[in-house]
Amino acid sequence: MTPDSPQNGNPKNISELEAVARQMRKDIVTMVFKAGSGHPGGSLSATDIVAALYFRVMRHDPKNPSWDGRDRFILSKGHASPVIYAALARSGYFPADDLWTFRKMGSHLQGHTDATMTPGIELSTGSIGMGLSYGVGVSLAAKLDSKPYHTFVVVGDGESNEGSIWEAAASANHLKLGSITAIIDRNRMQNDGFGADIMNMEPYPDKWRAFGWETWEIDGHDMSQVVEALEKARMPRNHPHPVAIVAHTTKGKGVSFMENNPDWHGKAPTPEQHKQAMEELSK
Amino acid sequence: MTTTASPMASTREAYGDTLAQLGKEFPNIVVLDGDLAKSTMTIRFGKAYPDRFFYMGIQEQNMMVIAAGLSRSGKVPFVSTFAVFATARAFDQMRLAISQMKANVKVVCTHAGITTGEDGSSAHAIEDIALTNTLINFTVIAPADAIETAQAIRAAAETQGPFYIRLYRPPTPVVHTPDYKFTIGKAEQMRYGDDATIIAYGNLVKPALDVSDKLGKEGKTIRVLNMATIRPIDREAIVKAAAETGAIVTAEEHLKQGGLGSIVASITAQERPVPVEIVGLDRYYKSGTGWELMAQAGLTAEGVEAAIHKVLARKR
Repeated sequence: MTPDSPQNGNPKNISELEAVARQMRKDIVTMVFKAGSGHPGGSLSATDIVAALYFRVMRHDPKNPSWDGRDRFILSKGHASPVIYAALARSGYFPADDLWTFRKMGSHLQGHTDATMTPGIELSTGSIGMGLSYGVGVSLAAKLDSKPYHTFVVVGDGESNEGSIWEAAASANHLKLGSITAIIDRNRMQNDGFGADIMNMEPYPDKWRAFGWETWEIDGHDMSQVVEALEKARMPRNHPHPVAIVAHTTKGKGVSFMENNPDWHGKAPTPEQHKQAMEELSK
Repeated sequence: MTTTASPMASTREAYGDTLAQLGKEFPNIVVLDGDLAKSTMTIRFGKAYPDRFFYMGIQEQNMMVIAAGLSRSGKVPFVSTFAVFATARAFDQMRLAISQMKANVKVVCTHAGITTGEDGSSAHAIEDIALTNTLINFTVIAPADAIETAQAIRAAAETQGPFYIRLYRPPTPVVHTPDYKFTIGKAEQMRYGDDATIIAYGNLVKPALDVSDKLGKEGKTIRVLNMATIRPIDREAIVKAAAETGAIVTAEEHLKQGGLGSIVASITAQERPVPVEIVGLDRYYKSGTGWELMAQAGLTAEGVEAAIHKVLARKR
């Protein structure tokens, strides 16, 4: 690492990243359990991606969240706030004990991410479909000022029902932004059930290609694939086009009774369920 | 302080010209326009500074949030389209990504009100003040003429935080002299008076002045306040007018619901109850020239004068 590109400690190797992701999954389930509400399913599907970004791929400085040279991370699907809070806490932006104040009166950890409250949060979210546009603005500013930072945006596949996501997709290509990467957390589910039943967006990767994005598909839970794709995406591109990584994921990943069950989009576990989840995540 | 002989000038041309001047002084200004730069006049900035001018296509929602992202990275984005498309279509984006985030974004819209004319109901932004007045961190300005527009645009560039500025399609009466000094948040008293007060903004300032001048000759003194800043509103000037004149008429090219009339009635009811008559719109209007529609809606000196007589009768 050069002095002008701080990162949170030494970049972690694959097995270390897998351990961090396990800890983050415990944090997520416990946060939602202690809060009595929240969105575990879509947080657990994005955990490996967010862990790879914060503990290996991104340039950032937990001691200086507004460092001008930081890579920008935007969780457009802001209801999955537990996953970014876990990453911010475990990488040193604030004490891990803060996680247990999630969603409570006076906490800086709001139900949906709030840029006015939490160090390291770039965008207030909760009305979905805005994060990619914000990323386009941030990335355009980097281009105008020839700054080297990269912009990563995690977009939900359910969220992609919103037309504004596709406005943003068109504009990133139009503006020839070569330093923005969208990671689509493709867990195939949304609030009320399966995306195929609620709003069919197939053929999904083809849509990103048609909007001018270089599009890759990965297994979003295979840490080697996740790291390889994100590191490749961060490298300076020889073409001025955005990159989309469609990450095939499992909603509720890591907790058996939550996996692939849309009911766990936005629900808190019981004490017994929390205990079982902790046991499964400790294996 | 006196009304000039009513020359007309375009607020949107004043915007385009001012923006092009500011481009030289403020290297961080960037301009985003939907697909209407030749109408909003941001094209004048675009021609002078093509590297800092961006067509965002007909994507108002996307444009607002991109501007928020640019502002967080140190840019000062001016975002322009027609008033109805920004405030109605992209309201959610203005609320969360700009207002809640206190983003330093300047939303400057043209084609407000029914003077937009021939395009008909869909193009008449008659709700924009009501909508933007609920955006907690915004400063909302509706200039009375081209001279005030130029100063309001400069003030927005120089002041941190989100702005909404409301401009018109047709040339409108010039009510200020070039030495006028606009101040954010301060009502401008354009006529002294003790019998009643007319509080107006935008295209209704000129009729308000005409009514005051006419009634002055009949021995009634009517105060006129140009309330160019809608948010934050000048409460002090409103309460003072209520206390000193005992009757208020508001006049605006906007729905009565949620506009200046509602704001003034709310403040007087709480702080200094006096009779208030609200001159404004209460339905959709159709195609016609802007001034034909204004006459049809009673947004004229005659309409304002009728309201003054009503409010004076209630005052007794």
